[in-house]
Amino acid sequence: MNSTNWRLISTHAILIVGVIFMSLPVWVAFATSTHAPETILRDGLKFWPGGHFFETYSEVLFVEGGVMKSVLGTTMLKNSMILGIGFAVGKVIISMLAAYAIVYFRFRLALPLFWVIFMTLLLPLEVRIIPSYEVVSQLGLLDTHTGLIVPLIASATGTFFFRQFFKSVPEELLEAARLDGATPWRFFIDILVPLSKTMIAAILIIMFVVGWNQYLWPLIMTTKEENYTLVIGIKQIYQILSEGGELPQYQKAFALTILATLPPVLVVLVFQNWFVKGLVESEK
Amino acid sequence: MAGVELSGVKKVYPNGAEAVRGVDMKIDDGEFIVFVGPSGCGKSTLLRMVAGLESITGGDINIDDRVINDVSPSERDVAMVFQNYALYPHMTVRGNMSYGLKNRGLPKEEINKKVTETATMLRIVDFLDRQPNQLSGGQRQRVAMGRAIVREPKVFLFDEPLSNLDAKLRVQMRIEIKRLQRRMGVTSIYVTHDQTEAMTLADRLAVINDGRIEQMGAPIELYNNPATLFVASFIGSPQINLIPARFEGGKLVSGSIQLDGFENLPENKDLVLGVRPDALSQNSDSRFEMRVDLVEQHGADNLIYGVLKGAAATEGDETEICLKVDQQILPDIDSNLGLSFDTSRTMVFEKDTGARIV
Repeated sequence: MNSTNWRLISTHAILIVGVIFMSLPVWVAFATSTHAPETILRDGLKFWPGGHFFETYSEVLFVEGGVMKSVLGTTMLKNSMILGIGFAVGKVIISMLAAYAIVYFRFRLALPLFWVIFMTLLLPLEVRIIPSYEVVSQLGLLDTHTGLIVPLIASATGTFFFRQFFKSVPEELLEAARLDGATPWRFFIDILVPLSKTMIAAILIIMFVVGWNQYLWPLIMTTKEENYTLVIGIKQIYQILSEGGELPQYQKAFALTILATLPPVLVVLVFQNWFVKGLVESEK
Repeated sequence: MAGVELSGVKKVYPNGAEAVRGVDMKIDDGEFIVFVGPSGCGKSTLLRMVAGLESITGGDINIDDRVINDVSPSERDVAMVFQNYALYPHMTVRGNMSYGLKNRGLPKEEINKKVTETATMLRIVDFLDRQPNQLSGGQRQRVAMGRAIVREPKVFLFDEPLSNLDAKLRVQMRIEIKRLQRRMGVTSIYVTHDQTEAMTLADRLAVINDGRIEQMGAPIELYNNPATLFVASFIGSPQINLIPARFEGGKLVSGSIQLDGFENLPENKDLVLGVRPDALSQNSDSRFEMRVDLVEQHGADNLIYGVLKGAAATEGDETEICLKVDQQILPDIDSNLGLSFDTSRTMVFEKDTGARIV
């Protein structure tokens, strides 16, 4: 056997091991979620799927009291969707506008301002979570979608990415547009936004996943069950299900986990071409 | 259509760098003016000041008798063709051409009519629905010109529009631009560093050096009668031969070469004798000779390069000389060739100031 084949085999072996390592827990979670609670309690985690798939999932999604006290799985799914999409869209809009101002408008302090924005990267949400909570609660926005999304949408990362991208757009396009009588706003809408398409797509995808996975902020922001997101739901389900001496409904916890991972996976799968293009494309 | 007038135009950057040091110029309606000069001489800056892409820090620019110093680029009624075309990559050719009209709020039918007319004239109708990345360099160039033409501006501005094309296409487009400009009669300013383009396109040529106009006039006038050493050496291809010399005892002396026929030149000053390659001719009983080291056969004529024997050195090196002759004259390498020239077609410059004396 020659060395090319060896390399092929060894690299594939490494990749396969990696894939198994990453996906096995997810598979076990899925397989376990399709068993009856008694089986799980008796035998522990299961490797092969059982016969309770429809029962478990329909109960989680559609039956009141099936998973939480009152809120349905679909409602949590909807809340997560709203958070994920609102978070991603909001971040793209805000950071694009911020980057546009920084790159194309000559105003004093543009550079220091950019660095101030950039430095906020060093401060995680947790640092400002108490003041943010205070502000949102004073505004009466607790338990609302606005209150959930708005405090999160300022994005230093997004601003930075768009800034770098805008800087790579040839100067002449701006000049040609100016001679063509385009106002700053028209230039932004007609030229920059279409040019940034793939970049926007990439950031939307990343931010959707980040937004979907938000935990701490939704946790302290939402007090009513009907505003729970899936991620919060997972956290709460165990204590709810094991209350009252009933059989712990592990299969539902696993089902909820699988449901929570599904949308981000789908988004990445469907848009992966755009995603890769946005991150590597340099042709303009 | 309109005339353009520049008076005392200056550009000083905030860091103190002076790009344009006071330019006066009057461009008539319909004239084709070419700015030519080495890179960094300020010619592009000057053009961009007319376009409104650079602020004017001194003096005035008038278009059609209106001072446009503080008028926004879109309201100056000028159109510009960029070196890299600057087409909007995500729009079709039609989109590119109609964008300016759309921003002016023209009705849709009128835009369509104008775009189709212009595209027909430029022979790009077939590409109207394509995107720029599906076009060749020459086609993109045409679209860029179409985008300028369709707006029917008062002034066309060209910023080295042909430098991204290959040599053959460049010649083709050069001719096309000239024809188009003739036909439309729109005042045009064209910036280039290519002296062939400059010579062939211009009604009048402005040679720019270090932010100033060195000389302005008809191309052939600048070729035959350059006012300075800079213009003489910049205009003309192959370059003019420059021979260091001094005026001593009624003769122009360079090393061991002594030339008659010059009078009233300043003595005790470093001078430069300029002779165009086509003003030299082969002459077997001449008193000065060259040693041939390279012959370029261009087809109709040959360019013979070599060293002028006995001449004073130019900056430590032997003085090189180039001569343009018929294709029949084909001297051997390392042979000696006698030269003579027509004194009336020579020029003498002062070396330090570059000023023309004769």
